[in-house]
Amino acid sequence: MTAYLLGFGSHVPPRVVTNAELAARVDRTPEWIEGASGIRERRWADPETSVADLGVAAAEDCLARTGMSASALGMVMVASGSASRGFPGPAAEVAARLGLSTVPAIDLPMASAGSLFGLALAMHLTETHGDILVIGAEKMSSVIEGAPPEATPPKASSLDPNTAILFGDGAGAALVSSRPPSERAVRRWRMLDAAIHTDGQFRQELRWSPGAPLAMNGLSVILQASRKIPAAISEVLARQGIAAGDVAVFLLHQANLNLIARVAKSLGVPPEKMFTNVERYGNTSSASMLIAAAEWAAAHPEGAPGPVVFAAFGAGYHWGAVVATEAAD
Amino acid sequence: MVNMSDATRRARLRTLIEKVAGKPAPADDDESLFESELLDSFALPDLVGAIEEEFGVKIPDSDLNPRKFDSVARMDEYIASRLV
Repeated sequence: MTAYLLGFGSHVPPRVVTNAELAARVDRTPEWIEGASGIRERRWADPETSVADLGVAAAEDCLARTGMSASALGMVMVASGSASRGFPGPAAEVAARLGLSTVPAIDLPMASAGSLFGLALAMHLTETHGDILVIGAEKMSSVIEGAPPEATPPKASSLDPNTAILFGDGAGAALVSSRPPSERAVRRWRMLDAAIHTDGQFRQELRWSPGAPLAMNGLSVILQASRKIPAAISEVLARQGIAAGDVAVFLLHQANLNLIARVAKSLGVPPEKMFTNVERYGNTSSASMLIAAAEWAAAHPEGAPGPVVFAAFGAGYHWGAVVATEAAD
Repeated sequence: MVNMSDATRRARLRTLIEKVAGKPAPADDDESLFESELLDSFALPDLVGAIEEEFGVKIPDSDLNPRKFDSVARMDEYIASRLV
């Protein structure tokens, strides 16, 4: 099995929602919001914007950055926990809007861990299906409103401070290919290993249905995530004989600054190795890891001086990790 | 009425809770440590790690249910079950 990550893309809506704007709606101070979450601001899409709209924008950004034509894709995956309807999910619309009418377009209806699962699956499927575009797209502002996505603008009513402060909207994308990367490839990371897991006994602890309020047992989420994320990372690193300290950068699901710092501590690596942008975008669920990857990659055109680790944890619970490294010339 | 070893275990647990929380544990062993805001979502993983170290037990992920750690009494009951 040979798979490469050739590049990333992202899109966030232009509207910035600061803690000062949100404070009145959650009956907290801006300082309390930042102290509890590490988040200073997030992006919220306008009411007319859909999960598919966000996904298409990230897909187009990824294709532009990698110099790829959508017509060359062999598969599209769209991970989202905030899609507005059960079926069809956003994957079919995203593929159609990319001009694709025959390639399989697969939904991963998973919050937070969806794009990680997408990468892990694409790593194994690219040899038989060709180049695969993995997209994570989320409109979490609809989730925290408890309103049908694309139906209702943010209301003036109060929001649950335990969840409303955390989430933002956006999309990320990654191109996975079995073809050896060309010299002009933006990224030349060979995917070495992946671990994905699910434990459904905790499925009630974090859940949402369109039109209903988000239900989250934060104690359970943090307790489980703080163990499972480091465990999954250690699992793939151990199989590959890589020490955590030798990893160049960790591109994690951007759930919460405190959780990311806890993962670094568990792995025994300095927190500086954890790329974070949750301060600016909030938790964009399944979009966050690929938005982070796109930002990190754009800021480091020279590449990574060592292995790169992706990891995520989300409702289900689903969790996992992927390790990649610069491809040899 | 708890026997001496139970009392010792519970005293060690209370010491751990106070160390992690940085505040005195409630006098009532049945009081919720979360509702009283003695522990939050980021202190709980620290406490679980401290319990594993102090009592030499490995708490499996399947047992990591916050309800098992909601009060001194519940935690003590769980730890006792792991030490059997």
